This record gives sequence, structure tokens and C-alpha cells, in this order.
Amino acid sequence: MKVIEARGLSKAFGTTIALDRINLNVEEGRILGLIGPNGAGKSTALNAILGLTPYQGELRVLGRDPWSERDQLMRDVSFIADVAVLPRWMRVSQALEYMAGVHPRFDRAKAEDLLAKTDIRSTSKVRELSKGMVTQLHLALVMSIDARLLVLDEPTLGLDILYRKQFYDSLLNDYFDRSRTIVVTTHQVEDVQQVLTDLMFINRGRIVLECSMEEFEARYVEVTVNPERVTAARALKPIHERQVFGRSSLLFDGVDRQQLSAIGDVRTPSIADLFVAVMGNHTSQNQGVSK
Amino acid sequence: MNTQSNPMAESFASPVAAPSSPLLTRPFYWSVRRELWENRSIYLAPLGVAGVFLIGFLVSAMHFPGMHTLSVIDPAQKREVIAMPYDIVAGMMMLTIILVNVFYCADALYGERRDRSILFWKSLPVSDLTTVLAKATIPLVIVPLVACAIAVAVQWIMLLLSSAVLLARGSSVSALWTQLSFFQMSLLLLYHIMTAHALWPAPVYCWLLLVSGWARRATLLWAALPVVAIAGLEAILFHTTHFAALVGTRLIGASPERGSTSPDIFPTNPMTHLHPGNFFSEPGLWMGLALCAIFLAGAVRLRRQSGPV
Repeated sequence: MKVIEARGLSKAFGTTIALDRINLNVEEGRILGLIGPNGAGKSTALNAILGLTPYQGELRVLGRDPWSERDQLMRDVSFIADVAVLPRWMRVSQALEYMAGVHPRFDRAKAEDLLAKTDIRSTSKVRELSKGMVTQLHLALVMSIDARLLVLDEPTLGLDILYRKQFYDSLLNDYFDRSRTIVVTTHQVEDVQQVLTDLMFINRGRIVLECSMEEFEARYVEVTVNPERVTAARALKPIHERQVFGRSSLLFDGVDRQQLSAIGDVRTPSIADLFVAVMGNHTSQNQGVSK
Repeated sequence: MNTQSNPMAESFASPVAAPSSPLLTRPFYWSVRRELWENRSIYLAPLGVAGVFLIGFLVSAMHFPGMHTLSVIDPAQKREVIAMPYDIVAGMMMLTIILVNVFYCADALYGERRDRSILFWKSLPVSDLTTVLAKATIPLVIVPLVACAIAVAVQWIMLLLSSAVLLARGSSVSALWTQLSFFQMSLLLLYHIMTAHALWPAPVYCWLLLVSGWARRATLLWAALPVVAIAGLEAILFHTTHFAALVGTRLIGASPERGSTSPDIFPTNPMTHLHPGNFFSEPGLWMGLALCAIFLAGAVRLRRQSGPV
């Protein structure tokens, strides 16, 4: 079952092209990370998926057109777009009451259980909570919705590492099961490396890399070599090279691990390493074209 | 993700069955509730005005034994003197309604964009139509009803206070109770408020709602500018002030043609004859309500497009 299906999804703001004919297929039960630099089009893509912005091209989310059917879609989709969007005047108890009132799939008891594990009191107003607590509250509200698709746009921006860790632990342990689907964008890629099942890099409104995490681990290898081995390593056509404390780190795509371990220390790269490699190449290619 | 062939290729499952009716009504109810949570001035402002007025009334009732002299003046004046404070409280409530409504409407669709909470509201299964209608219900129904209920309660308290003061002084309360017919007065007040301060100025409030969904800052200014511009053009080109008068009289709840079809009867006078037929057959009313529908439809469209400012 495809949760999100897009064909030629495009969006332009004036002359700026935010999304350039994107094709997207997200299957049920996946956790997709959408990674890209600022202004790459991640939020625009999510906004289109959530029915917050009109678009060109074909887009179906759970079989619905998000732009014309946002309110019905929101019974099966929940999202956190940006931190700190909960109304500051609202009391925690009012938030629970309101959600229970408007959302047919909201489980108030579950939200209360989740909140009981935090320091958030039901009489508090959102404005009295710290930034981390507001995020905890929002996550508790969202996790208590029996939704089929959860979209998180920079859900942990500006939070310290403890809250971030808690956030993703809670998401995996208390919420995720194989019948749900999660799409997340974040700049803190190290937080989500162990969380994702699928990875997608997006740059200048286009998808530049798309793979599952199994593929990621099988395909990409990083080797750190001493200076005298660099030439041998370069012969194997790395996709990226950087200097680390006088040694060279080279990133390979689809090169045999055994072969590489002969010339240096082998490890699986982080998403951030691959991101830098792919984006670096992508940018230099573009510059090459413009020259 | 793997884009390999998917056994469930035609996965565009038909959307889940249509919602049952209780689900349709609850979002509206809760949308109105949340407006009351957020905008406590809806009831605090009239309550505050009522409190201040009651204190003033109590002080004057204790210190000015005006009631004693009532017996010597002629009956027509007597009614006016007795009724005056009751008219004042009704008038103050009407003013409160206008102020609360203007400020509420100017912020209604702007505040949620300014504090970014629109991203939270839009993540819930509440349509833009429901949201806009709930917001329009506040100035057109809730605020007038709340203010009217408070005004009536204040008038009853005043009546009891005056009676208590008169009785304590050993005077007769019969003049007070015969000159004012309270049930009639309350009904007249309700009628007056719902016609002159809800239906009649509705286009003004809906216009403010529309602008609050569009402007990126200073909503009241943006709402007033076109009015000032049109009034100014009219004054320069035709040396008349019809447009300014039209908007002004709508806002303060008076009809341009005072007397004939005007809803601005003052509610304590038992001589008042209601002409609901006249009011509801006034083409101006229906043109105003048609404008409301247009403004609200525009507000719904804007709500659908809008994100945080």
C-alpha cells in the first residue's frame, strides 16, 4: 500500500523553483528521512503532502488529494511542522479536551499516560512550558492520534541532545509499528541514522539520492588511509575525499569492503558524511555546467 | 525506498467511508469553545463594564436620595428619570459589544498566523469553512447574547438594589415596579441587540474577518484604509459623505433612515412598537447579509492558502 505517491510534483514561488518534477513513493511501514540543505524544497514537499500549499503535478496521500481534502486527510495524517506551534494561551488540559473533541482518532487516555511520564502538568499553559516541554507535549498529542502517516518537519530544532534522544526513543518505542509510516526532515542527521528505514537527499527541488538504509549500509564504505596509500585508494574511484588529521578519508560507492580493508581502516559512513559527499559533488557539477 | 514493482500498484484505495453526522457537528462546537478559551474578553469585558456600573449605581443609590422627589414630578418625566440608569447600562453594553467585536474580528484570522499556531490548527481534521464560521459566530451570536444576558442581569440587580434602598428608607417601591415592565424590557433589549448590533453591522464584522485573514500586519489599518479611500474619493468627486455615513451607521447599529425602518429604538420604553416586519423587509439588511456571505467565502479561501506570517 502506497502512503504517498507523487508524479511530477512541482512548485514554484514566482521564478524560484522549489520543487522540480519530483517522483515519490512511500510505502506503508517505512520511516523516511528527507535530508537536504536549507531551501532545498523539503518543507515545500511536506507542505504539499499535508495540504498546506497548492502544487502542480500529481499527488495522492492515502488515496486523497491533500489540497482539496485536507480536513478529511487529517483524520489519518498527523504532523508536527516546526517546533513551538502550539498556541501559547492554551492549557494542557484544554489541548487534550479540544483534540478529543475534534479528532475521531485521538486517544485521550494514551495522551494522559504519555504526559504522566513528563514534568508537564495539565493545568499549565503552553507559554509556561520550556521549549523542550512544548515539544514533548506536542509529541504526546500527536502520538495519541491513531494516524497512518506522521509527518515531522524539523521536530527537534533547537532542543538539547537529551530531549532529542528522548523524542526519537519515544517515537520508536511508544508509537511506531509496521502499519504506520513516518516522514521526517531534520538537519540533525546523526539523531536519525538509527531510526530511519529509508533515506532521501533533496537539493534544489530535486531528489539527488534515494535508498533504503540496508542499501546504504551495503553500498557505502568509508576508508581512512595513510598518505602513502592514497594513490592506491584513489584508483578505486572514491566519490568523495577529505583530510582527517593528516590521513585521508575516502568514501566509496559499491566497492568491495574486503578490497578496501586491505588499504586502510574501513567503516560505514554516517549519513552526514554521505550527505557532504553527494551535495559537494552535486554542487560542483552544477558549477561545472554554469562555467 | 524501493521503487521496485509493487504488487499493490493500484493502491489508490478509495477514501474511507463518509463520516457519520456526529463527527460533523463536533468540530464546530469545539472551534467555538476554543475561541472562548483564547478570547476571554468576550465575557470579561462586559462583566467588567457591568461590575463598574453596578458599583457606581450602588454608590449613587446610597448618596442621592433622588427617589424621594419622584412623587412630585409629573408621570411622563417620572418614567424617564427612573428608566435612565437602565438605559445607560443597556447603552454601555452595546458600546462594549462594538469594541469587543471590532478587536476580536481584527485579530481572529491574523493571530493564529502571527503566533504560528495555524500549523497546529491545520494539522487537525477541522475544515477551513468550519473554522471561519466558528469565528464569525463569535461577533454575530456569542458576544451579543453574552452582553445581553449580562445587561439583563445587571438591570435585575439594579432593580433589587433600588428596591432594597427604598424599602430601607421606608419609601414605596410601587413607582419603580409599575413604571418599568422588566420582562418586556429584557425582550426588547434582546431584540434590539440581535438586530441592531448583530445582524445590521454584520458586514462590517465580516469585512474585518476577511482583512484579518489577509493582512500581514496592522489589520485594523488595512481594514480602515479602503473605507477612508472610498469616503475620501466620494467627498472630492461628489461632495457627499454617503459612504462614510453608511459604514458608520452600520457599525454603531443605527439605520441611515432614522425612525422609519430604524432598529435603534431604545429598549426600555414600553411605548416602543417593534416593527420586525420593517426591519426584515429592509433591502439594506439583505444586501448586508449578502456582502457577509461574500466576505466569509473570501475568508475561507484565504484561510486555506495561509500559513504563518
